[in-house]
Amino acid sequence: MLEIRNLHVSVDGKPVLNGIDLTIPAGEVHAIMGPNGSGKSTLAYVLAGREGYQVTAGEVRYQGSDLLALTPEARARAGVFLAFQYPVEIPGVANIYLLKAALNSVRKASGLAELDAMDFLALIRAKLKLMGMDEALLYRPVNQGFSGGEKKRNEILQMAVLEPKLAILDETDSGLDIDALKVVADGISSMRDAQRAIVLVTHYQRLLDYIVPDRVHVLSQGRIARSGGPELAKELERHGYGWIDAGRSSPMGEGP
Amino acid sequence: MATPILNLDDLISQDYKHGFFTQLEADAVPRGLNEEVIRLISAKKEEPEFMLEWRLKAYRHWLTMTEPHWATVSHPPIDYQAISYYSAPKSRKEGPQSLADVDPELLRTYEKLGVPLEERELLAGVAVDAVFDSVSVATTFKDKLGELGIIFCAFSEAVREHPDLVRQYLGSVVPYTDNFFASLNSAVFSDGSFCYIPPGVRCPMELSTYFRINARNTGQFERTLIIADRDAYVSYLEGCTAPMRDENQLHAAVVELIALEGAQIKYATVQNWYPGDKEGRGGIYNFVTKRGDCRGADSKISWTQVETGSAITWKYPSVILQGDNAVGEFYSVALTNHYQQADTGTKMIHLGRNTRSTIVSKGISAGHGRNAYRGLVKVAASATNARNHTQCDSLLLGDRCMASTFPYIEVKNPTARVEHEASTSRIGEDQLFYCQSRGISAEDAVSMIVNGFCKEVFNKLPMEFAVEAQKLLGVSLEGSIG
Ligand SMILES: Nc1ncnc2c1ncn2[C@@H]1O[C@H](COP(=O)(O)OP(=O)(O)OP(=O)(O)O)[C@@H](O)[C@H]1O
Ligand SMILES: [Mg+2]
Repeated sequence: MLEIRNLHVSVDGKPVLNGIDLTIPAGEVHAIMGPNGSGKSTLAYVLAGREGYQVTAGEVRYQGSDLLALTPEARARAGVFLAFQYPVEIPGVANIYLLKAALNSVRKASGLAELDAMDFLALIRAKLKLMGMDEALLYRPVNQGFSGGEKKRNEILQMAVLEPKLAILDETDSGLDIDALKVVADGISSMRDAQRAIVLVTHYQRLLDYIVPDRVHVLSQGRIARSGGPELAKELERHGYGWIDAGRSSPMGEGP
Repeated sequence: MATPILNLDDLISQDYKHGFFTQLEADAVPRGLNEEVIRLISAKKEEPEFMLEWRLKAYRHWLTMTEPHWATVSHPPIDYQAISYYSAPKSRKEGPQSLADVDPELLRTYEKLGVPLEERELLAGVAVDAVFDSVSVATTFKDKLGELGIIFCAFSEAVREHPDLVRQYLGSVVPYTDNFFASLNSAVFSDGSFCYIPPGVRCPMELSTYFRINARNTGQFERTLIIADRDAYVSYLEGCTAPMRDENQLHAAVVELIALEGAQIKYATVQNWYPGDKEGRGGIYNFVTKRGDCRGADSKISWTQVETGSAITWKYPSVILQGDNAVGEFYSVALTNHYQQADTGTKMIHLGRNTRSTIVSKGISAGHGRNAYRGLVKVAASATNARNHTQCDSLLLGDRCMASTFPYIEVKNPTARVEHEASTSRIGEDQLFYCQSRGISAEDAVSMIVNGFCKEVFNKLPMEFAVEAQKLLGVSLEGSIG
């Protein structure tokens, strides 16, 4: 599904990602962890196509073709979805309007008929229920005045509506209360299937208790310092990131 | 590896689509302004004596005035002697009697502009008075309206055919002494539209005027006068365009509306004069005085404007609420892109009891655009139980544009209730990227955001024009708009 090779990225001339190699097959859930500033969001933005990130070396292939050559909207239409760490507020545009425009543009790109207002409403109501969200949020301007947790749920609602093939969720668990975390985690789990790849960027084991990942990668200073199974996340929880960095500089290298 | 992404800058720099120039033989007076020129204009129009007298009084008063500079707009000094105050396309006969008399070239111009002059389009229900430079070229649907006693014709025709009505109402809302530009207009106005709806008549179709400035170095000074007699109703739409030119052109119009007891006038403007190029060269100076008078009890006047053109827009469509229970409304979308400037708003003057006014102003700035809302709500001591609600929102696209609000509130009656709400939001690359990452192109995102922002005002436009206005805003902002 996704193959990242030797990816180097700079922001304002400053190197942030220094050679990322990562392969994510369809059907898998990968967790990306790592200290603040290690480059997790940068990686997510580069995959989604945000401006201002210079790819200085390497390549990214998505379903076999060059992802970086596509505009952000073309990536979204091809099934790439990014749940933002900091969802953006859009004044004056009703949440439901954005959702409908987004879904219809994605459907149109894949040759499907656009949904009319009635069909769309039926669909969105079902998804809202899944996310335990109040219908009133549909009619408010996108993310404006939403609580931190409501914004995160709204991102997952969008994912549930768009049904992407590759979902990258950047710290969707941060700022959620315990109950909301469960709802969101269930929402994400319900989308886990053989055709879809999910990337969870997170700082906490808690989310991974609900959604057990196939692989865990630890990012440090713009590199993947460590990869492993779900147990890697648990070890991190016990030892902190210092353990990774210490391990890297030790003569023993990476192995036990 | 660069990712091809449309950014805000591309999106807000498309080209002006009405910038063609029509090759026509024109009958123009030499540049410059003096009493001779005014006599010449009046003579060309075969005006009765009272009209010439009024023009001359206005001119003499204008000479004592100086150009005002209180608006937040800036421009080099205007040389009033360099302007030609009259230009008319030479038509084959004396004046156009029917569409067949109109220069085909002119008709093609209107076709390009999308003005529905043809009979079949008229069946869609729009009666059009089209003003090209200084004369009104064709007024359609006149006969049908005539059966109802409605007068809808070129202003110059009204002066000749209905002098008593003109004499009674002209200058009764905007006197020739009102302000520098209104006085200039009163002296030199060349044409415009006149409309009278008799008592109890509901005008069965939208009336509409299209203005176009075509000739070089001309000013356009049209004058519109609309009178809705007791319990009459009329909805009126005005549209404007001009060709692209490097020099600035002056447009100083006056619109007067009079609503008698129980009457209602809706006046909508879609203004798309040439805004100048991306560097701010050229464009129309749109310095306009528009005012309505709710003269009778229970009367109502609504202004709706969508202002996307002009290098500088400077206008305050106002309502004087004289009659008891009168209602005044002002709904405005003003867009400034590149180096456009707009200082616009309204005045609601409450004189009668239980008078109500509503102001909804939506300012959109992009590029280096400057956008100011300036509004006065005045409640006189006589206006017991007056109500006003003002809502003033600004949308900034990018970070080089500016928006400001100048609300003036003067209340002399303690029972008045005056409310003012304001908001400012900025749309930047973050919002665009967010939409793009959901599969929506940057262009669609801008139009979605802008239309969401303007919805309240568009809802007040007649249906077909709401669609037009929406397209126009899209064009005015999309990467190439102008
Ligand atoms: N637009 C930018 N301008 C300047 N520096 C940037 C920009 N974007 C990212 N960086 C820098 O790149 C580094 C990686 O940032 P990034 O947001 O990817 O970290 P992160 O791993 O997501 O951190 P967190 O866990 O705090 O979310 C940081 O040092 C950050 O300051
Ligand atoms: Mg981050």
